[in-house]
Amino acid sequence: MTTPSIVITGLGATTPVGGDVPSTWAAWLAGKSGVVSLTEEWATELPARIAGRIAVEPSEVMDRVEMRKLDRSQQLALIASREAWADSGLTEVDPTRLAVVVATGVGGVTSLLEQYDILRERGASRVSPHTVPMLMPNGPAAVVGLELGARAGVHTPVSACASGAEAIAFGARLIREGKCDVVVAGGTEGCIHPLTLAAFAAMRALSTRNDDPTRASRPYDLDRDGFVMGEGAGLLVMESASHAAARGARIYVEYAGSGITADAHHIAQPDPEGRGATSAMQQALVDAGLSASDIVHVNAHATSTPQGDIAEAGAIRQALGSAADRAIVTATKSMTGHLLGGAGAVESIAAILAITNRLVPPTINLERQDPAINLDVASGAPRPLPVGPIAALNNSFGFGGHNVALAFRSVG
Amino acid sequence: MSEQDILSGLAAIVNEVAGVPASSVTSEKSFVDDLDIDSLSMVEVVMAAEDKFGVSIPDAEVKNLKTVGDAVAYIAKASA
Repeated sequence: MTTPSIVITGLGATTPVGGDVPSTWAAWLAGKSGVVSLTEEWATELPARIAGRIAVEPSEVMDRVEMRKLDRSQQLALIASREAWADSGLTEVDPTRLAVVVATGVGGVTSLLEQYDILRERGASRVSPHTVPMLMPNGPAAVVGLELGARAGVHTPVSACASGAEAIAFGARLIREGKCDVVVAGGTEGCIHPLTLAAFAAMRALSTRNDDPTRASRPYDLDRDGFVMGEGAGLLVMESASHAAARGARIYVEYAGSGITADAHHIAQPDPEGRGATSAMQQALVDAGLSASDIVHVNAHATSTPQGDIAEAGAIRQALGSAADRAIVTATKSMTGHLLGGAGAVESIAAILAITNRLVPPTINLERQDPAINLDVASGAPRPLPVGPIAALNNSFGFGGHNVALAFRSVG
Repeated sequence: MSEQDILSGLAAIVNEVAGVPASSVTSEKSFVDDLDIDSLSMVEVVMAAEDKFGVSIPDAEVKNLKTVGDAVAYIAKASA
């Protein structure tokens, strides 16, 4: 039996720069930041008072009664899945051949904390009966699976900020092993809350450029001082190439392969030598049957932390060798902030659209590139990609030492 | 409080929880079959009703409250 090739036939997203994929893509090309000041009273005492808030609130596109039983991460996942499904043009799918893989970094943590406040203020009898479905990390996958009627499995890989990318790799495996024809895969996060902000700030991981929010997320810039928390979701419709061909589906790109490794170095610090990240990219190339010279673009993890950006840049150099000179790198987190469990999926969409449109969105706020970053980083304006067959990588790394690299290839 | 007051209060709760128009929440309606209230949402309705009407509705009673009318009668009796 030959291994089925996998194509991407639908995209859906809701992000700090747009409520759907077309508006997000337009904002990326325009170099627009979605980072804002947090004006809520609870934010006043926090060290980091900025975040990438979703551009279109769920209440603008979702029914009130539906929303009230869903954690914010679930709302965002459903919004993205509806767009992705409609975009794919799929109607009738064998439910026993349809799976859902939606990752999250922290799950329904804001619902958990809200209910804890209720427990303390009003007692156990007033804790919502919807608390458990709202807080469980598999909740977003479950609500998407319920809506689509997916019976081949509903899964939630959890690997911090690599989760969204790991979900896509997991989804690909389900198609490759012949279990599914269609998988809706990606990630979501909606956890902007004083506790999460305080906790990431306590790790000294967040930018504290509170007076200048749109310039706070500045991957690769000498003055970067940490990441900006964001929220949002991205989902892909992944489909076996034969299933897509049989229905004459519009195809964005081919999913080419993945590499997944672990650092075994530190719970939260990147391996300064980037060994795990390097081998993830190398494994993705092998899995995809690509050589380094095929890679014309890397959508980097690049969160805007002083150490992480350097470690990844070194890893890209090591993985691609001299071919790294020809790869245009970008960091869309400069505009969205860091979507944690949503990042790998939303940035896969960026890499996919870069291939289909042959355009790399710029990294904004790159005013003085850190000399330790020896990469060709797109900045200022979108950069064109060459004609002909091309491929791109999307990197995602997570606390815990998770490394995921995904490879996508042009079609036609 | 009159049974009519209880009914309109309950209708407002059902509207909040399940989105059913308050005017459709009438005595003969079944929570599960007619108003799309599952077991989790029923707990929410009961919690809100306890707060609104100042009564206690034990779990053992909730299973007997099949219709809106059952709930109105129980609340009327409990708050009498």
